[in-house]
Amino acid sequence: MPEFTPSAAAPVARLIQEFHKLPGVGPKSAQRLTYYLLRAPQEEAQALAQAILEVKEKIAFCTICENVTDTDPCLICADSQRDRSIICVVEEPLDILALERSGSYHGLYHVLHGVISPMDGIGPEDLKVEELLGRLKGGGVSEVILATNPNLEGEATAMYLNRLLRPLGLRVTRLARGLPTGADLEYADDLTLARALEGRQEVT
Amino acid sequence: MPAPRVYKTEAIVLRQRKLGEADKIVTLFTPNYGKLEAVAKGVRRPKSRLAGHLEVLTYTSAMLAQGRNLDVVTQAQAIESFAPLREDLDRLSRALYAAELVDRFSPEGAESFHIFQLLLTTLRRLAGGASADVALRYFEMQLLNLAGFQPQLHSCLGCRRPLTPVPNYFSPAAGGVLCPSCGAGTVSSRPLSVSALKVLRVLQSGAFGDVLRVRIGSRLAQEVEFHLRAYVIHVLERDVRSAAFIDRLRREGVGEPAGVSD
Repeated sequence: MPEFTPSAAAPVARLIQEFHKLPGVGPKSAQRLTYYLLRAPQEEAQALAQAILEVKEKIAFCTICENVTDTDPCLICADSQRDRSIICVVEEPLDILALERSGSYHGLYHVLHGVISPMDGIGPEDLKVEELLGRLKGGGVSEVILATNPNLEGEATAMYLNRLLRPLGLRVTRLARGLPTGADLEYADDLTLARALEGRQEVT
Repeated sequence: MPAPRVYKTEAIVLRQRKLGEADKIVTLFTPNYGKLEAVAKGVRRPKSRLAGHLEVLTYTSAMLAQGRNLDVVTQAQAIESFAPLREDLDRLSRALYAAELVDRFSPEGAESFHIFQLLLTTLRRLAGGASADVALRYFEMQLLNLAGFQPQLHSCLGCRRPLTPVPNYFSPAAGGVLCPSCGAGTVSSRPLSVSALKVLRVLQSGAFGDVLRVRIGSRLAQEVEFHLRAYVIHVLERDVRSAAFIDRLRREGVGEPAGVSD
């Protein structure tokens, strides 16, 4: 039991403890959330409890793209408007939200649920790589975009997937690297600057 | 040596882990303060001024401020980012193995200038096109020397007599080589060929250039790797995680061959 709630009633202490387990919630925030709910109307607490249960009961992974979904196949995989010949491979479901926000991509996705990290003992067998290969063997896909993060693990994962995918005769592409909007050249690292120069574009 | 409140140091980034919303904890290996962990704030945001300079396997010049718990990186400027390493999975996997070994062999805060130099030189070799496996074997043996676990390769650890040029045994538990009569039948020892012993000795006492002059076929390279890895695992009392990825790349036939073909 956490020592920061010695005098709280048992159910209150239990809720504080549950909140405390959540990422980014420290002891003080856990107490604040608990006492907020204590004063909130019954319906509000009910709605929260219901929402949490529904997430656990109804949400599963899409059997095609491994994204989190409450329908199977997920809304993106089921959308007939989307280009089914392109698959964009991402690390986490949250990356799909980011790419969708950009509004510039209309193909399908594949979620790896992680990234190769040799020093942490995480290899390709821990990711949804077999599932990706299975999808590609079904045919109809002409391009795979490797959209893992541009850091060491993301690059390692992209290189590994490239080795597996090249022999399949697909177009394998990688997201461009360069300078983010609002950045300072002065603080950019050499690798980013080199890639930004390589990928320079005609001013139109 | 206690670090001042704000201090500047060169460092090689060994690893990173996420912290909170946008921060990371970086494990830095420095020439004068040894291994230390520091908080790099905001490096998971795209506009971070630090992120590109604190990637894993970057040789960087950093400014740190002492924190209550962990020190905080306030500035960083990459000195070398070993770009070729990041474009070649075989070399990258070996560089990660080297970084993991340095991490495991170095207690936090113990000064280790020579290990720093060894890691830097090894990363340069791996990025510079030297045979990745030879560079890695040399690194392993030299690291064992510097960390005080130099294996005994000249006399038998059982009977103390000088070794003769016949097939001997290598015993991680004994800490080196056993002669045929002492080694036969002991549990942890494995046969060691005459050529493999020769290679181990050059790795231990030669310069890197000497090692490159030795012709090492793929069978011999495998044997040397097997013994050295067994010894490293024995000393660390745990598996080296990145080794699994190197093995996998080889098994899938997408890695480079273990041997050197001159």
